[in-house]
Amino acid sequence: MNPAPHVEVRNLSVTVRGSDGEPLRIVDDVSFDVARGEVLALIGESGSGKTTIALALMGYGRGGAAISGQIRVGEATLDGAAGTKLAAQRGRRIAYVAQSAAAAFNPSRRVIDQVIEPALIHHTASVAAARERAVELFRALGLPSPDTIGSRYPHELSGGQLQRLMAAMALITHPDLVIFDEPTTALDVTTQVGVLQAFRRVIRQQGATGVYVSHDLAVVAQMADNILVLNRGRVREHNKVGALLETPSDDYTRLLLAAAHPVVKAPPPIPAKPEPLLEIVGLSAGYGPVDRAGRPAHPVLSDVSLTIGRGAAVGVIGESGSGKSTVARVVAGLLGATAGTVSLSGTPLAPTVTGRTREQLRRVQIVFQNADVALNPAHSVGDILGRVLRFYHDLRGPAAQRRVAELLDLIRLPAAVAERRCDELSGGQKQRVNLARALAADPDIILCDEVTSALDTVVRGAILDLLADLRRDLGVAYLFISHDIATVKALCDEIVVLYKGTRVESGKRDGYDAPPFHPYTDLLIASVPELKPGWLADEAAQVAAPLAHLPEQTGLCRFLPRCPLAIIDRCDVAPPPLRKMSAGNVLLCHRSEAELTR
Amino acid sequence: MSRSNLVRAARALPLSGKVGLTLVSFWILAALVGPFLAPYSPGAFVSEEVFAGASSRFWFGSDFLGRDVLSRLLVGARLTVGLSAIAVTLAAATGTGLALTAAVGPRWLDELLSRAMDTLISIPSKIFALVLVAAFGSSVVLLTIIVSITYVPGNFRIARSLAVGLIKLDYVEVARARGEGRPHIALVEMLPNMIRPLFADIGLRFVFIVLLLSGLSFLGLGLQPPDADLGSLVRENVSGLGEGALAILVPAMAIASLTVGVNLLIDAATQGKGK
Repeated sequence: MNPAPHVEVRNLSVTVRGSDGEPLRIVDDVSFDVARGEVLALIGESGSGKTTIALALMGYGRGGAAISGQIRVGEATLDGAAGTKLAAQRGRRIAYVAQSAAAAFNPSRRVIDQVIEPALIHHTASVAAARERAVELFRALGLPSPDTIGSRYPHELSGGQLQRLMAAMALITHPDLVIFDEPTTALDVTTQVGVLQAFRRVIRQQGATGVYVSHDLAVVAQMADNILVLNRGRVREHNKVGALLETPSDDYTRLLLAAAHPVVKAPPPIPAKPEPLLEIVGLSAGYGPVDRAGRPAHPVLSDVSLTIGRGAAVGVIGESGSGKSTVARVVAGLLGATAGTVSLSGTPLAPTVTGRTREQLRRVQIVFQNADVALNPAHSVGDILGRVLRFYHDLRGPAAQRRVAELLDLIRLPAAVAERRCDELSGGQKQRVNLARALAADPDIILCDEVTSALDTVVRGAILDLLADLRRDLGVAYLFISHDIATVKALCDEIVVLYKGTRVESGKRDGYDAPPFHPYTDLLIASVPELKPGWLADEAAQVAAPLAHLPEQTGLCRFLPRCPLAIIDRCDVAPPPLRKMSAGNVLLCHRSEAELTR
Repeated sequence: MSRSNLVRAARALPLSGKVGLTLVSFWILAALVGPFLAPYSPGAFVSEEVFAGASSRFWFGSDFLGRDVLSRLLVGARLTVGLSAIAVTLAAATGTGLALTAAVGPRWLDELLSRAMDTLISIPSKIFALVLVAAFGSSVVLLTIIVSITYVPGNFRIARSLAVGLIKLDYVEVARARGEGRPHIALVEMLPNMIRPLFADIGLRFVFIVLLLSGLSFLGLGLQPPDADLGSLVRENVSGLGEGALAILVPAMAIASLTVGVNLLIDAATQGKGK
């Protein structure tokens, strides 16, 4: 007979009041166990109820949701508990690591005081003992200078560091259960790897039991022992990680697995020698006042060039802060360039919208990442599309209505959607309308700024297919901006890698299949988690950067302080040359092709 | 469609909101049809007794000159509600219009308008009104203008902060990238998304205006006899305060119920809309 499991959840249901006032069950009869020292992953799309379940484990229902069923964590039963009884468990027996640590820390207090707070509230340790344990956890989590980092303020630390500190805060009271709610979703892939390593190490060291909520199967495969697949508040499949990945028994699990690798069903052929449509030459831009030498106070882009042929798709990838969105804003004329030119079919474009003709504006359309704020909530879908038709094509009345219906058909939405307001649509539908607005202008090129990043994997796949089809059918070109190299490779013929506003590598899609890469591209590719357990190495496998102590300097390679391949007395004295690799890639590095292929 | 929506919205209000709605509807109705229902001419001396109590002839008694309080109240309500409504509309239209101009316009214009509004807001409203009334004499038109000028800066500040928040949103950026002009961005993209919080602000300002107008009238600087708003009814009958005459209690309670009603309605309406 097995001993009673450490965490036991039976027939958990969560009910909220729907918009029509009727009760709506968002979690339906979910039961699971977690053994001591194990990690269970809850996985599903948005709306699957995974975060709701995680919060219900703490006895918390968002917005007055009613929780029913039995929840037992260690010796504590949580169902029906309320008020002070619940408060005694939270932070003591059950701890929570939220998605955005940056928003979860109080900016006006030192981090150490916040990290040890749960121990002080629940009187599990004295201040001195709690501080000691905190430093021990900082060390286990691989934070730099663990003895002193606690005396800093949240704004002095990076997102990855704050996420680790939040894990330390959760573990300070030796809780029975730690809930990780999408803890790395807001981080760059390159940062995510380190944070995941630190989390896994500390979970093992402390023997903590965890529930790990994520939408990313590949991440979960590294972190969890068991996976619970959720869809619309119901359990679809519950199995060991290896078994679930190799022999999924549920259709929905198979769908999720397939969507993890975006593959465009019918990639359009790469045009042989397309005539250049959009040419960006030596572009520099930034924010803040511009000094006498023409440099802005906060430079974002320096000397970026790229060419997009008619009907071509060029991807731009990089971490946050790489300036990839700024490229789109400059091309769209929302931000004036400080140097360089943008030309459309050979005609230079004015730096901002006000200097461009309506015809030029029509030919270049921009689509933003977040359809929730990109579509005006006060207007109906028909109004939003109709305005573009009237503005550029002077279409009104029945002709405009017909065209709106055509556009909706093009993005595979029923024509009745025209009457609806955007807040009545799902995330994927909104993003389609967002695209349709750009298409309504009959553009030659669409600037897609992270258009798939806020979407679930399954929806993302559908949008990528749609983009590929539109390109084939309408011959529209894309400047596709993303932080995800897999997405970019699925859609684009050519890829440009930006690092801190500098183009470090560019080349055809096939050139990114195998080395040689620029060391930064290499890091980006290596950081994307793979869908197999054991992909994540226990210790940082990367070689430490030999020149990490050097500050970043203009004129030298920007990647120098992070580069594992930096050469002392070469990389720190001269700017890197442009090298052309035999696969056709052009990259900015002191290392030769042979050295990079190694 | 909009009518059934209104009914549904009214049903969804909490009890306090329903009380507020009832009071507000009552006063709007009183302002619209009240003067036609008045049993006597508001200026006529109809009672031999001053400060008479309630009777079947004079429901709310008589005032310090023996005029019918009910008739004067019904006429006064129209002036108070009407003037306040006109003044608040003027103030909100000016304030929001300037705020949108500042938000979509060049930076120097924003600075100029904002500092001008700061200057205006730093002048105490009663003193400002007193000086202007002293300089130009009291008239209905002047009063309305003074009161609306007083409440422009507050509305401007609220509307500007809303607009500045909206202008950074992607849908406004998209409209800019499309090449839309500033009027379109301000009126079509931004204004519809500011309406709800602005209405809450307008309701509050309406209350302030009722009180300011009544206060001015009480000081004798508001409407001049024979016109009388609710505030002047309180002032002219102030000598009846000692004996607790209905002539002073009723208009005072009228002001109270109007302002409390509007407040209750706004509170309920803005809370009820949720996130």
